Amino acid sequence: MLLIHCPYCEEERSELEFRWAGEAHIARPENIAAISDEEFAEYFFLRNNEKGVTYERWRHIHGCGRFFNAARDTVSDKFLMTYKAGLPKQPIPAATKAEAIAEEKTVETWEQTEGDAR
Amino acid sequence: MVEVATRTLPLSGVHGGSSKVRLEPAAPAARINLRVRAEDVAALSAALGVDLPVRPKTSASANGRTALWIGPDEWLVIAEGNTDIGSMLVAAAAKSGALHSATDVSHRNTAILVSGAGAAAAINTGCPQDLSLQAFPVGACSRTIFGKVEIVLLRTAEDAFRVEVWRSFSDYAFGMLAEGARDAAL
Ligand SMILES: [Zn+2]
Repeated sequence: MLLIHCPYCEEERSELEFRWAGEAHIARPENIAAISDEEFAEYFFLRNNEKGVTYERWRHIHGCGRFFNAARDTVSDKFLMTYKAGLPKQPIPAATKAEAIAEEKTVETWEQTEGDAR
Repeated sequence: MVEVATRTLPLSGVHGGSSKVRLEPAAPAARINLRVRAEDVAALSAALGVDLPVRPKTSASANGRTALWIGPDEWLVIAEGNTDIGSMLVAAAAKSGALHSATDVSHRNTAILVSGAGAAAAINTGCPQDLSLQAFPVGACSRTIFGKVEIVLLRTAEDAFRVEVWRSFSDYAFGMLAEGARDAAL
Protein backbone atom coordinates (compact mmCIF):
# COMPACT_ATOMS: atom_id res chain seq x y z
CA MET A 1 0.00 0.00 0.00
CA LEU A 2 1.28 3.47 -0.90
CA LEU A 3 1.61 6.11 1.76
CA ILE A 4 0.87 9.63 0.56
CA HIS A 5 1.90 12.72 2.52
CA CYS A 6 -1.06 15.10 2.88
CA PRO A 7 0.20 18.69 3.21
CA TYR A 8 -2.91 19.62 5.23
CA CYS A 9 -2.96 16.64 7.63
CA GLU A 10 0.84 16.94 7.80
CA GLU A 11 1.40 13.21 7.80
CA GLU A 12 1.56 10.17 5.56
CA ARG A 13 -1.71 8.36 5.09
CA SER A 14 -2.84 5.29 3.19
CA GLU A 15 -3.62 5.63 -0.51
CA LEU A 16 -7.11 4.25 0.31
CA GLU A 17 -8.03 7.70 1.67
CA PHE A 18 -7.08 9.51 -1.57
CA ARG A 19 -8.43 10.05 -5.08
CA TRP A 20 -6.54 11.10 -8.17
CA ALA A 21 -7.88 14.33 -9.69
CA GLY A 22 -6.09 14.84 -13.00
CA GLU A 23 -3.18 16.91 -14.22
CA ALA A 24 -2.17 19.88 -12.06
CA HIS A 25 -1.47 23.51 -12.91
CA ILE A 26 -3.99 23.84 -15.72
CA ALA A 27 -5.13 27.45 -15.65
CA ARG A 28 -8.59 28.32 -16.93
CA PRO A 29 -8.25 30.91 -19.71
CA GLU A 30 -9.44 34.30 -18.50
CA ASN A 31 -11.07 35.08 -21.85
CA ILE A 32 -12.91 31.74 -22.04
CA ALA A 33 -15.79 33.10 -24.15
CA ALA A 34 -13.44 34.57 -26.74
CA ILE A 35 -11.13 31.60 -27.41
CA SER A 36 -11.51 29.29 -30.41
CA ASP A 37 -12.83 25.74 -30.25
CA GLU A 38 -9.30 24.44 -30.79
CA GLU A 39 -7.96 26.54 -27.91
CA PHE A 40 -10.84 25.38 -25.73
CA ALA A 41 -10.18 21.75 -26.61
CA GLU A 42 -6.51 22.24 -25.74
CA TYR A 43 -7.43 23.64 -22.33
CA PHE A 44 -10.36 21.34 -21.55
CA PHE A 45 -9.62 17.94 -23.06
CA LEU A 46 -5.98 17.55 -23.97
CA ARG A 47 -3.55 16.28 -21.33
CA ASN A 48 0.12 15.43 -21.56
CA ASN A 49 -0.12 11.93 -20.03
CA GLU A 50 3.60 12.02 -19.22
CA LYS A 51 5.65 8.90 -18.80
CA GLY A 52 7.93 9.71 -15.90
CA VAL A 53 7.66 12.64 -13.52
CA THR A 54 4.29 14.32 -13.72
CA TYR A 55 2.40 16.94 -11.69
CA GLU A 56 -1.06 15.93 -10.58
CA ARG A 57 -3.90 17.04 -8.36
CA TRP A 58 -4.89 14.61 -5.65
CA ARG A 59 -7.69 14.83 -3.12
CA HIS A 60 -7.62 13.56 0.45
CA ILE A 61 -11.28 12.72 0.03
CA HIS A 62 -11.64 10.30 2.98
CA GLY A 63 -9.55 12.55 5.22
CA CYS A 64 -9.41 16.33 5.36
CA GLY A 65 -11.22 16.57 2.02
CA ARG A 66 -8.61 18.91 0.53
CA PHE A 67 -7.21 18.98 -2.99
CA PHE A 68 -3.43 19.31 -3.20
CA ASN A 69 -0.67 18.91 -5.77
CA ALA A 70 1.73 16.01 -6.09
CA ALA A 71 4.75 15.20 -8.22
CA ARG A 72 4.61 11.50 -9.06
CA ASP A 73 6.72 9.24 -11.24
CA THR A 74 4.26 7.34 -13.44
CA VAL A 75 6.80 4.61 -14.17
CA SER A 76 7.66 3.64 -10.58
CA ASP A 77 4.44 5.09 -9.04
CA LYS A 78 6.64 6.87 -6.49
CA PHE A 79 5.39 10.14 -5.00
CA LEU A 80 8.32 12.58 -5.11
CA MET A 81 6.63 15.35 -3.14
CA THR A 82 3.27 16.95 -2.34
CA TYR A 83 2.36 20.57 -1.68
CA LYS A 84 -0.70 22.67 -0.97
CA ALA A 85 -3.16 23.69 -3.68
CA GLY A 86 -2.72 27.25 -4.91
CA LEU A 87 1.07 27.18 -4.74
CA PRO A 88 2.97 27.54 -8.03
CA LYS A 89 4.60 24.44 -9.53
CA GLN A 90 7.37 23.44 -7.11
CA PRO A 91 10.76 22.25 -8.35
CA ILE A 92 11.65 18.68 -7.41
CA PRO A 93 14.75 18.58 -5.18
CA ALA A 94 17.73 17.25 -7.21
CA ALA A 95 18.44 14.39 -4.81
CA THR A 96 14.82 13.16 -4.92
CA LYS A 97 14.86 13.33 -8.71
CA ALA A 98 18.11 11.36 -9.02
CA GLU A 99 16.68 8.72 -6.68
CA ALA A 100 13.51 8.52 -8.77
CA ILE A 101 15.44 8.06 -12.02
CA ALA A 102 17.51 5.29 -10.44
CA GLU A 103 14.33 3.60 -9.27
CA GLU A 104 12.71 3.91 -12.70
CA LYS A 105 15.48 1.74 -14.16
CA THR A 106 14.58 -1.10 -11.80
CA VAL A 107 10.90 -1.09 -12.74
CA GLU A 108 9.73 -3.66 -15.25
CA THR A 109 7.68 -1.71 -17.76
CA TRP A 110 5.10 -3.03 -20.17
CA GLU A 111 7.40 -2.22 -23.09
CA GLN A 112 10.18 -4.36 -21.65
CA THR A 113 8.06 -7.39 -20.87
CA GLU A 114 5.31 -7.30 -23.51
CA GLY A 115 6.29 -4.62 -25.99
CA ASP A 116 8.00 -6.94 -28.47
CA ALA A 117 6.03 -10.05 -27.60
CA ARG A 118 6.59 -12.64 -30.26
CA MET B 1 -54.91 11.61 22.79
CA VAL B 2 -51.56 13.01 21.82
CA GLU B 3 -49.65 11.19 19.16
CA VAL B 4 -45.94 11.18 19.83
CA ALA B 5 -43.41 10.16 17.20
CA THR B 6 -40.53 8.28 18.71
CA ARG B 7 -37.23 7.99 16.90
CA THR B 8 -35.39 4.71 16.91
CA LEU B 9 -31.63 4.64 16.54
CA PRO B 10 -30.53 2.96 13.30
CA LEU B 11 -28.57 0.40 15.35
CA SER B 12 -31.10 0.03 18.13
CA GLY B 13 -30.82 -3.39 19.79
CA VAL B 14 -27.87 -4.73 17.81
CA HIS B 15 -25.37 -7.05 19.45
CA GLY B 16 -21.78 -7.91 18.66
CA GLY B 17 -18.33 -8.18 20.13
CA SER B 18 -15.98 -10.74 21.52
CA SER B 19 -13.97 -11.53 24.64
CA LYS B 20 -11.56 -8.70 23.69
CA VAL B 21 -13.89 -6.09 22.18
CA ARG B 22 -17.15 -4.56 23.32
CA LEU B 23 -19.40 -3.08 20.62
CA GLU B 24 -22.42 -0.95 21.42
CA PRO B 25 -24.51 1.67 19.66
CA ALA B 26 -23.83 5.12 21.13
CA ALA B 27 -26.63 7.08 22.77
CA PRO B 28 -28.43 9.61 20.54
CA ALA B 29 -26.33 12.71 20.00
CA ALA B 30 -26.60 16.06 18.27
CA ARG B 31 -24.06 16.90 15.60
CA ILE B 32 -23.24 19.79 13.34
CA ASN B 33 -20.86 19.94 10.45
CA LEU B 34 -19.14 23.31 10.66
CA ARG B 35 -17.17 25.18 8.02
CA VAL B 36 -15.34 28.35 9.10
CA ARG B 37 -12.42 30.39 7.80
CA ALA B 38 -9.32 30.60 9.99
CA GLU B 39 -9.95 34.26 10.92
CA ASP B 40 -13.40 33.41 12.34
CA VAL B 41 -12.47 30.32 14.35
CA ALA B 42 -12.25 32.33 17.60
CA ALA B 43 -15.73 33.82 17.11
CA LEU B 44 -17.28 30.39 16.50
CA SER B 45 -15.36 28.85 19.42
CA ALA B 46 -16.80 31.52 21.74
CA ALA B 47 -20.33 31.07 20.36
CA LEU B 48 -20.26 27.27 20.72
CA GLY B 49 -18.50 27.21 24.10
CA VAL B 50 -15.77 24.85 22.89
CA ASP B 51 -12.39 25.78 21.42
CA LEU B 52 -12.29 24.52 17.85
CA PRO B 53 -8.94 22.72 17.52
CA VAL B 54 -6.70 23.99 14.72
CA ARG B 55 -4.10 21.20 14.68
CA PRO B 56 -4.75 18.20 12.39
CA LYS B 57 -6.17 15.05 14.02
CA THR B 58 -7.04 16.75 17.32
CA SER B 59 -10.28 17.29 19.24
CA ALA B 60 -11.41 19.43 22.16
CA SER B 61 -14.22 19.04 24.69
CA ALA B 62 -15.99 21.55 26.91
CA ASN B 63 -19.53 22.18 28.17
CA GLY B 64 -20.74 18.76 27.02
CA ARG B 65 -19.59 19.41 23.47
CA THR B 66 -16.76 17.83 21.52
CA ALA B 67 -15.25 19.51 18.47
CA LEU B 68 -13.33 17.30 16.07
CA TRP B 69 -10.84 18.69 13.52
CA ILE B 70 -11.87 17.22 10.16
CA GLY B 71 -10.03 19.53 7.76
CA PRO B 72 -8.34 22.95 7.79
CA ASP B 73 -11.74 24.70 7.72
CA GLU B 74 -14.06 21.89 8.77
CA TRP B 75 -15.18 20.52 12.14
CA LEU B 76 -17.68 17.98 13.46
CA VAL B 77 -19.24 19.19 16.71
CA ILE B 78 -20.96 16.50 18.78
CA ALA B 79 -23.18 17.09 21.82
CA GLU B 80 -24.47 14.09 23.74
CA GLY B 81 -28.15 14.10 24.56
CA ASN B 82 -31.37 15.06 22.88
CA THR B 83 -30.92 15.63 19.17
CA ASP B 84 -32.84 18.92 19.45
CA ILE B 85 -29.50 20.27 20.63
CA GLY B 86 -28.44 20.00 17.00
CA SER B 87 -30.60 22.94 16.07
CA MET B 88 -29.44 24.68 19.26
CA LEU B 89 -25.85 24.30 18.03
CA VAL B 90 -26.85 25.78 14.68
CA ALA B 91 -28.55 28.68 16.50
CA ALA B 92 -25.53 29.19 18.77
CA ALA B 93 -23.20 29.30 15.78
CA ALA B 94 -25.48 31.84 14.10
CA LYS B 95 -25.07 34.15 17.13
CA SER B 96 -21.32 34.34 16.42
CA GLY B 97 -22.00 36.95 13.76
CA ALA B 98 -19.17 35.48 11.68
CA LEU B 99 -19.47 33.99 8.21
CA HIS B 100 -19.77 30.20 8.50
CA SER B 101 -21.79 27.17 7.49
CA ALA B 102 -23.36 25.00 10.20
CA THR B 103 -25.39 22.01 9.06
CA ASP B 104 -27.35 19.84 11.47
CA VAL B 105 -26.25 16.26 10.74
CA SER B 106 -27.60 14.71 13.98
CA HIS B 107 -29.67 12.13 12.12
CA ARG B 108 -27.32 11.63 9.19
CA ASN B 109 -24.76 10.02 11.49
CA THR B 110 -24.99 7.40 14.14
CA ALA B 111 -22.13 6.14 16.28
CA ILE B 112 -20.68 2.84 17.46
CA LEU B 113 -18.64 2.64 20.66
CA VAL B 114 -15.74 0.20 20.39
CA SER B 115 -13.89 -0.61 23.59
CA GLY B 116 -11.68 -3.21 25.18
CA ALA B 117 -8.15 -4.53 24.81
CA GLY B 118 -8.78 -5.47 21.15
CA ALA B 119 -10.56 -2.24 20.13
CA ALA B 120 -7.76 -0.85 17.93
CA ALA B 121 -7.17 -4.27 16.36
CA ALA B 122 -10.88 -4.61 15.54
CA ILE B 123 -10.93 -1.19 13.85
CA ASN B 124 -7.69 -1.90 12.03
CA THR B 125 -9.31 -4.89 10.31
CA GLY B 126 -10.92 -2.30 8.01
CA CYS B 127 -9.06 0.94 8.64
CA PRO B 128 -5.52 1.68 7.42
CA GLN B 129 -4.63 4.30 10.06
CA ASP B 130 -1.85 3.81 12.57
CA LEU B 131 -3.78 3.45 15.84
CA SER B 132 -0.75 3.13 18.12
CA LEU B 133 -0.92 5.52 21.09
CA GLN B 134 2.06 7.46 19.67
CA ALA B 135 0.36 8.14 16.32
CA PHE B 136 -3.25 8.26 17.55
CA PRO B 137 -3.32 9.30 21.23
CA VAL B 138 -6.41 9.73 23.40
CA GLY B 139 -8.39 12.65 21.94
CA ALA B 140 -7.05 12.11 18.42
CA CYS B 141 -9.65 12.05 15.66
CA SER B 142 -9.75 11.65 11.92
CA ARG B 143 -12.07 11.20 9.02
CA THR B 144 -10.92 7.99 7.38
CA ILE B 145 -12.09 4.82 5.69
CA PHE B 146 -13.39 1.60 7.27
CA GLY B 147 -13.81 -1.20 4.76
CA LYS B 148 -15.91 0.38 2.05
CA VAL B 149 -17.42 3.23 4.08
CA GLU B 150 -16.20 6.56 5.37
CA ILE B 151 -16.10 7.05 9.13
CA VAL B 152 -14.94 9.66 11.62
CA LEU B 153 -12.85 8.02 14.31
CA LEU B 154 -12.29 9.49 17.78
CA ARG B 155 -10.17 7.90 20.49
CA THR B 156 -11.98 8.47 23.79
CA ALA B 157 -9.61 6.41 25.99
CA GLU B 158 -6.54 4.22 25.54
CA ASP B 159 -8.78 1.26 24.74
CA ALA B 160 -11.96 3.02 23.53
CA PHE B 161 -13.06 4.61 20.27
CA ARG B 162 -16.14 6.31 18.91
CA VAL B 163 -16.91 5.45 15.29
CA GLU B 164 -19.16 8.02 13.63
CA VAL B 165 -20.78 6.62 10.50
CA TRP B 166 -23.55 7.66 8.13
CA ARG B 167 -26.74 5.93 9.26
CA SER B 168 -27.36 4.09 5.97
CA PHE B 169 -23.86 2.56 6.26
CA SER B 170 -24.21 1.67 9.93
CA ASP B 171 -25.35 -1.96 9.42
CA TYR B 172 -22.31 -2.56 7.25
CA ALA B 173 -19.96 -0.82 9.70
CA PHE B 174 -21.36 -2.73 12.68
CA GLY B 175 -21.15 -6.04 10.83
CA MET B 176 -17.54 -5.40 9.80
CA LEU B 177 -16.66 -4.36 13.36
CA ALA B 178 -18.31 -7.50 14.74
CA GLU B 179 -16.14 -9.60 12.43
CA GLY B 180 -13.09 -7.53 13.40
CA ALA B 181 -13.92 -8.04 17.08
CA ARG B 182 -13.97 -11.81 16.57
CA ASP B 183 -10.66 -11.67 14.70
CA ALA B 184 -9.12 -9.52 17.44
CA ALA B 185 -9.93 -12.21 20.00
CA LEU B 186 -8.25 -15.04 18.09
ZN1 LIG C 1 -5.44 15.57 4.53
